[in-house]
Amino acid sequence: MADFNLRSNEPSGDLASKWTDYRGSMNLVAPNNKRNIEVIVVGTGLAGASAASTLAELGYNVKAFTFHDSPRRAHSIAAQGGINAAKNYQNDGDSTYRLFYDTIKGGDYRSRESNVHRLAEVSASIIDQCVAQGVPFAREYGGLLANRSFGGVQVSRTFYARGQTGQQLLIGAYQSLSRQIVTGQVKMHNRHEMLDLVVVDGKARGIITRNLLNGQIERHAAHCVVLATGGYGNVFYLSTNAMGSNVSAAWRSVKKGALMANPCFTQIHPTCIPVSGHYQSKLTLMSESLRNDGRVWVPKSIEDAKSIQEGKKKGIDIAEDDRDYYLERRYPAFGNLVPRDVASRAAKVACDEGKGVSQTGLAVFLDFSSAIERYGKAEAISQGISNPDITKLGEAVVEAKYGNLFEMYEKITGENPYKNPMKIYPAVHYTMGGVWVDYNLETNIPGLFALGEANFSDHGANRLGASALMQGLADGYFVIPYTIGQFLSKEIRTDKISTDLPEFAEAERGVTDRLLRLKSINGTQSVESFHRRLGHIMWEYCGMSRNAEGLKKGRQMIRELREEFYRDVFIPGDLEDYNPELEKATRVADFLELGELMMVDALDRNESCGGHFREEYKTEEGEARRDDENYTYVSAWEWNDIEPILHKEDLEFANVELKTRSYK
Amino acid sequence: MKLNLKIWRQKNSNDKGHYEAHSVEATGDMSFLEMMDVLNEQLINDKKEPVAFEHDCREGICGSCNMVINGQPHGPQSGTTTCQLHMRHFKDGDDIVIEPARAAAFPVIKDLVVDRSSFDDIIQAGGYISVNTGQAPDGNSIPIEKDMAMQAFDAATCIGCGACVAACPNGSAMLFTSAKVAHLGLLPQGKVEHTRRVQSMVATMDKEGFGMCSNIGACEAECPKGISIENIAMLNRSYIASVFGGQK
Repeated sequence: MADFNLRSNEPSGDLASKWTDYRGSMNLVAPNNKRNIEVIVVGTGLAGASAASTLAELGYNVKAFTFHDSPRRAHSIAAQGGINAAKNYQNDGDSTYRLFYDTIKGGDYRSRESNVHRLAEVSASIIDQCVAQGVPFAREYGGLLANRSFGGVQVSRTFYARGQTGQQLLIGAYQSLSRQIVTGQVKMHNRHEMLDLVVVDGKARGIITRNLLNGQIERHAAHCVVLATGGYGNVFYLSTNAMGSNVSAAWRSVKKGALMANPCFTQIHPTCIPVSGHYQSKLTLMSESLRNDGRVWVPKSIEDAKSIQEGKKKGIDIAEDDRDYYLERRYPAFGNLVPRDVASRAAKVACDEGKGVSQTGLAVFLDFSSAIERYGKAEAISQGISNPDITKLGEAVVEAKYGNLFEMYEKITGENPYKNPMKIYPAVHYTMGGVWVDYNLETNIPGLFALGEANFSDHGANRLGASALMQGLADGYFVIPYTIGQFLSKEIRTDKISTDLPEFAEAERGVTDRLLRLKSINGTQSVESFHRRLGHIMWEYCGMSRNAEGLKKGRQMIRELREEFYRDVFIPGDLEDYNPELEKATRVADFLELGELMMVDALDRNESCGGHFREEYKTEEGEARRDDENYTYVSAWEWNDIEPILHKEDLEFANVELKTRSYK
Repeated sequence: MKLNLKIWRQKNSNDKGHYEAHSVEATGDMSFLEMMDVLNEQLINDKKEPVAFEHDCREGICGSCNMVINGQPHGPQSGTTTCQLHMRHFKDGDDIVIEPARAAAFPVIKDLVVDRSSFDDIIQAGGYISVNTGQAPDGNSIPIEKDMAMQAFDAATCIGCGACVAACPNGSAMLFTSAKVAHLGLLPQGKVEHTRRVQSMVATMDKEGFGMCSNIGACEAECPKGISIENIAMLNRSYIASVFGGQK
């Protein structure tokens, strides 16, 4: 066992001034030396594109990689609701400290104080930067930026661009990246997938990629490697992730010695369109912003729920008094805007009681009728209409706020959400876990960095809404451009790394052998069918709630499935060709290992916190029960397929008091 | 419902290509791409090569999934990408012809997959505001009229799918290019580089092999995001101004 030094490497000093002081004393790389240094950035979503473009602006030679046909397609593009920033433009009591505190509390006290505070500090600059790039954020009539509220907070600090905030931010980062590509400062490699990390003398020095157009295996070298490759929610098969989202770049790095931190911390988002059939390929999110105005409910009586399930009644047929607005009832202080983990579990509880409102019994209502009436009345007054059609006026306001989401809902379900309440159910959305990194966002492999959703650092056991965009851009625009210097300042005497080094040849051989092995199995079952089965196991035993017995069983089932995969998978097409099935096969193979590690991690953590809910550890009221005495640590796992080894980074809370998270 | 598909198969850009007939069972709740998944699962089970098509987010925003369905990019439902098109809009026994989004500037890679990197080249020619990280003033320092911001936003919702190009008999990229020019040119931040941007992006568009615009309007009709042809008018005005108005 290697002896890992799991130090966060955070600078000492006062939390509030730590980042500023550190920036002022950090090692720099002079412009003439930057010209000789190469950096590989894998992934071009918000974190990757912002990092690549900013590092290029600084003068580094950047090689960027994406498996997409263009950087503009990364799944950051699908984020809907918004991006948080402690601007306090609304004068409602927001501050850097409050954003920091909300994020720590929202993450159920399982994230690193110093990283989270830095995130809150740079959040305001992100908005400035994006506005300067031309991101068309929503504005008030006075021409100033508008805000709305998100779950788990009591201020309005979320900036948004209708329900397409992720798209607009990604296009901004993509345009910045494009500007660097045309100058040659970034060499862009589209349709290239990273299949291995190359480590030379203990430092990350390159990657092996497959050109997805012709199957060519290529070597790429640099002084360091930055992973910005997103999360691993697709281990569940059905999730709100894009079809191509995968863990492979991160997992290949883990197999080269990087540590995987808190893999069991997955976020189940409460408001997604429910599953409609076995052919279903993905789940679609309905933005959390809808909970600003939508009220969540199920019928009070099981009889009413049954009639709805059988199609005899609709939501609108249930009288007001017969509805249970369970979030408002259970959590009066935050109501419908409780954090995601709390809202998801509450939906599960309602459906487990038999009160679900779809054919499958796995759905709850998200109802806009109160909002439509409230807005309609307000509009009637402001427009001075004497005999108003309140519903029509109200629907127009709701349409202006959420039109594209309502349209999307109608396209998918065929139902009109203005007339009937939406049906929603929780689905896998985001993964708080990821590659372990220190304060510099550097992994335990020197020269290997991880940004955005690919790392574990900022969201603890549960991420608050509108914070993923914030973190991706914070890491890429405002953190890595500084912290990478801590590593690279020691590399200014290192010549260009050669791809002729034996380590590259060896890694390339490993990749080629692996692809040949997968292809030569020539079994009878499709990759998709294995992925689907893996997803079922994960959802059943490592989903919204977990218990020791199930986790042990799930782990065993995954091992068996993995064995079957390597015996009976069938991959059509050629290795040297455009072959999406082959791409899927390598990704699913990696998920089949990660899934097991998630079970192991969930089993180790004998407490309930955030998105990790262990049935054995709950309060009498059914809320999560944390165990701060024994589990205030980051679980950083060293993978091997016999028994993964746990390394712990103890978390210290010097600035916030550990409390039971209450939204009541 | 049972559907009769006629799908374009083409091994690579050098292959001549041909149509292939398949039939597939679908339900109304399936998306068009899920119907394609069912077909591919069938093909794989028969040890045949599945139909290659691009797709990713499956929620209508990444722009990957453009294909031509019964002659229309993204199929018959307006304002809808292929991934958001659901089979309830088809009926039992329907014939469906599925082709790649063809254009001179979009060579076919395989089956329904085309190379749209020429769009990236157009953006690289000036579809950005030149601001380095860290140079930005406070976000509220420049108030922007709400309607203007909304108009810029409408242009900025382009998903880069190429439906406009595939729909255009000339294979023109004017709607795509003009949407970016409008998005940035309408905002005060983007005005500074407007003239240079317009000339450079139009020149690149021509160089990439996109055709001329002859005001047919098919682009607007087929755009899944409803990008308005007014953007083209704005681009034309700006281009003329940049040529005759003298460049700074």
